[in-house]
Amino acid sequence: MTTTAEPEVGRARLRKEDARLVTGRTRWTDNLTLPGLLHLAFLRSPVAHARITAVDTEEARRMPGVIAVFTGRDLAAAQGSLPCAWPITPDQKAPPAPPLAVDQVNFAGEAVAVVVARGAAQAQDALVGIDVTYADLPVVLDLASAAADSDLVHPDLGTNRSARWVFDSAEAGTGGDVDAAIGAAEVLIERTYRQQRLIPAFMEPRSVVVDPTGEQLTMWSATQIPHILRLMLALTTGTPEHKVRVIAPDVGGGFGGKLQVTPEEVVAMVVAQRIGKPVKWTETRSESLLSAHHGRDQLQKLTLAARRDGTVTGLKVELLADMGAYLRLVTPGVPILGAFMFNAIYKFPAYRFECTNVFTTKVPTDAYRGAGRPEATYAIERLMDELAVELGRDPIEVREQNWIKHDEFPFTTVAGLEYDSGNYEAATARAKELLGYDALRAEQRERRARGDVVQLGIGTSTFTEMCGLAPSRVLGALSYGAGGWEHAQIRMLPSGKVEVVTGSSAHGQGHETAWSQIVADQLGVPFEDVEVLHGDTQISPRGLDTYGSRSLTVGGMAVLKAGEKVIKKARRVAAHLMECAEDDLEFAGGRFTVRGTERSTGITDVALAVFAAHDLPDGVEPTLDSEATFDPDNFSFPHGTHLCAVEVDTETGFTRIRKYACVDDVGKVVNPIIVEGQVHGGLAQGIAQALYEEAIHDESGTLTTGTLADYLVPSAADLPHFDTDRTETPSTTNQLGAKGVGEAGTIASTPAVVNAIVDAVRHLGVNDVEMPCTPYRVWAAINGANPSTPSTTPAPGGGLGSVTPTEPTGGTA
Amino acid sequence: MIPAAFDYLVPSTVDEAVRLLADAGEEAKIIAGGQSLIPVLRLRLADPGKLIDLGRIPELRGIRDDGDAIVIGAMTTHYDVQRDPLVHDHASLLRLATDTVADPQVRHQGTLGGAVVHADPAGDLLAPVLALDAELVVCGMDGRRSVAAKDFFVDYFTTALRPEEILVEVRIPKHTGWGAHYEKFNRVAQAWSIVAVAATVRAENGVITDARVALTNMSSIPVRAHAVEAALIGGPASPGAITSAAAHAAEGTRPTSDTNADSTYRQHLARVLTSRALTAAVGA
Repeated sequence: MTTTAEPEVGRARLRKEDARLVTGRTRWTDNLTLPGLLHLAFLRSPVAHARITAVDTEEARRMPGVIAVFTGRDLAAAQGSLPCAWPITPDQKAPPAPPLAVDQVNFAGEAVAVVVARGAAQAQDALVGIDVTYADLPVVLDLASAAADSDLVHPDLGTNRSARWVFDSAEAGTGGDVDAAIGAAEVLIERTYRQQRLIPAFMEPRSVVVDPTGEQLTMWSATQIPHILRLMLALTTGTPEHKVRVIAPDVGGGFGGKLQVTPEEVVAMVVAQRIGKPVKWTETRSESLLSAHHGRDQLQKLTLAARRDGTVTGLKVELLADMGAYLRLVTPGVPILGAFMFNAIYKFPAYRFECTNVFTTKVPTDAYRGAGRPEATYAIERLMDELAVELGRDPIEVREQNWIKHDEFPFTTVAGLEYDSGNYEAATARAKELLGYDALRAEQRERRARGDVVQLGIGTSTFTEMCGLAPSRVLGALSYGAGGWEHAQIRMLPSGKVEVVTGSSAHGQGHETAWSQIVADQLGVPFEDVEVLHGDTQISPRGLDTYGSRSLTVGGMAVLKAGEKVIKKARRVAAHLMECAEDDLEFAGGRFTVRGTERSTGITDVALAVFAAHDLPDGVEPTLDSEATFDPDNFSFPHGTHLCAVEVDTETGFTRIRKYACVDDVGKVVNPIIVEGQVHGGLAQGIAQALYEEAIHDESGTLTTGTLADYLVPSAADLPHFDTDRTETPSTTNQLGAKGVGEAGTIASTPAVVNAIVDAVRHLGVNDVEMPCTPYRVWAAINGANPSTPSTTPAPGGGLGSVTPTEPTGGTA
Repeated sequence: MIPAAFDYLVPSTVDEAVRLLADAGEEAKIIAGGQSLIPVLRLRLADPGKLIDLGRIPELRGIRDDGDAIVIGAMTTHYDVQRDPLVHDHASLLRLATDTVADPQVRHQGTLGGAVVHADPAGDLLAPVLALDAELVVCGMDGRRSVAAKDFFVDYFTTALRPEEILVEVRIPKHTGWGAHYEKFNRVAQAWSIVAVAATVRAENGVITDARVALTNMSSIPVRAHAVEAALIGGPASPGAITSAAAHAAEGTRPTSDTNADSTYRQHLARVLTSRALTAAVGA
């Protein structure tokens, strides 16, 4: 009997995890309560740069419910230094990064002391009883002057420049000499773009619970990376790795913001060990905005060389990247992840990338959705529009002239990557159709001719990204401190149900559903009979967690490989039970059938027989359970074409997205609903960078966008309907044919929106608007006014606009 | 975040509320709908020792017809204001502005009186109250008194309310048959106004016979655009007349600079938005 059920892979299943997530009937870290649980509250520095000359905790210690108060000095010996896993150069400069500041604070919001109290409110109350004396040091805020070493963040390092990293296609042998290309260029486009500082703003605040009372210390944390965290906690605190268990229960979003070993996690662990009691810390929203790592923040100096006929001959990229005050887990590597992507989908013959990582007295930066690749895509896609304008050509036509044609794959790029597959022509044609490109161009001409107050602009963005982080040997070549493999285990239960253990650590991605679909097809068992286990180092002992659009292409592949081993083991037993040769068996729809006969047995029957172990071939262990660790040979390269039409009110500068159409090629799709959700969420975040979000500091280094009233995260009301579609060109770098989708929307949408805005008002003399393209900035660009942020300080009016969380003054209500 | 501890007092009459307030003195804070105060408490920007909740005083809630005026109880929610037929018929400017306040959840909790007393110059209900020449009826230990809206707003978050007084009613002269529009400008849907314009206009036979225009967030308090009103009254309800009247909108204003706008841009917006508000009000 052969099952002819509809394949699970490709099916638009609702996510099995959503019922509990959407209704909140689950255990987030903050919901956990242990007997005798104590609560932590952190005192944070209100100043950006200062020596700590004295800390007096006496009054706080005497306050109701307070068990203990610790300063950085109290914990100095135990707390270690927060890890950075990615030294990008051998001579990279990095300061010590104590979880609690000891002698000096280097950003406003840095933790300087921690209160332990019986109740969370009592811990919070006691913070006012701690008196810290600061001796101010000069703040270092501006990236360019920081790079010039005007004032030093860490005087002991002697410079603010942490590292300089260069890729040159002539030196690498992957292309020509870019300076020669620039020298011979018929057209030169030189631009400087700013990637503003962003805040990941995940929905669930960070939270950590530590129980030190067992033989193993257990940490629950709202983290993307339980496995990496476990290792890093051991290395940081000296507690042996086998004495630490980390659990990431359901986690409410991360976007890279929870790809971190946080000061609070380390302090919670050290404090719990010190007092021998379980402790909990959950941040407030303002604390999150103020102290969790930020993203982006680069200054990009770009030179594009081309011939008059539109052929690009070279690209030179000089970056300044703001590290903030410290190097966190992968801080220095974020711009490097962009280094291979500036050439994007194009056949540039010469390329040079040079990045200088710079310290400032701001919150450390680190991974944020796309990490390096959105920055690169923004730069090149803005430049391609500028080139088209310079040549008087259609921007899509100029792109097509330079991109890799579908019959040219596999293609080795000027950055040395081998793109396996793609079809940029097909995606672009479909996107144009979805947008109604030609009709909108006609309307644009009509509105321009009429001098309409509301002008229409169309922005194009194509993209590819390196997904499926990552082949371990490549990470090694880039000096990253770990590999890029992923692990999975499949356990066949006696009743025929299946447990899948994965090292991927979902925090909203829907792995439980997607992995179940893969395994259901592979083993021929019902979708409902598969349980996916993850996020606990005791259940899922090996893993490298979830980030960089890697889970399906690496973690999903590990699941597939483990499944292959299960089938192989089962085949041997099935052959034995049916008294035939293994080669005579076909496996399909969950059954082994003796070729050419009606005789068959199900894999679940084999599982039961193996459990009983009464009749197994000699030398066969009584288990079908199998594990696999998959290390990819290459990245995968999703791509897409995004087109955005905006209406710009030229009187007010307000931008309204009229229509957004995108066609992504993420390879073979396991679950179209999950893909659609990832694209929508990604678009929201990418559009947010273009229009809304920016972390702003005042001249004293205080974050003035310290609440969601000032840090503008768009809601559904601010976003248009998205017209999405897909082309499906399977990846050839993995058996699933999948490419990764987690970051696609974020990467492609930002330049599409900004290109559209510039296109709408270019005839008014505008060739750039700095992000976020606020109404003020667009209006200023049209009117030749100063386009910088009018003030770094919120006005007294506007609700919470009057407050800075580190300076609880003001406020009458 | 967790607010500092406070005593929570729940009077059931206005007299009791006033007495509690007088007894408590400086350490007490009145809580109405709490949509501004609670975030401030949670951020620990204020830590009043006592909160006096007006939420259980029936006489403070509701809207009634009082001859030439409608009277809105201070604790009437935005949601109730939006749906009320008296407001619809006689003060449509207030209804239209209330439609733009935050989101449905906030509008079910927040109150007109709370918003007025909070006196955030970026709040959306101050300009309509000013434009409609409302009277704010307040009550203290010595009884009630009435303060004209033009005298009520003093500075950022500061009103003519004395420490022992509470706002009990907002009396709005009937503007029956007036066209109205509230033109709000902000970056995202759920945000305070960068600038907004409240306009209500009476026109007969194509001639503007009366006009009221007030501006949100163009000063530390809501301001009337008297020059615009003067330019409109007696003139035609035509696009040209509106545009030239709106050119006076920013006269005498000294708006602030913040992360969203500088004062020049705010003044420009005031002119543009006034023109749009008037165009809509005349057409309505």
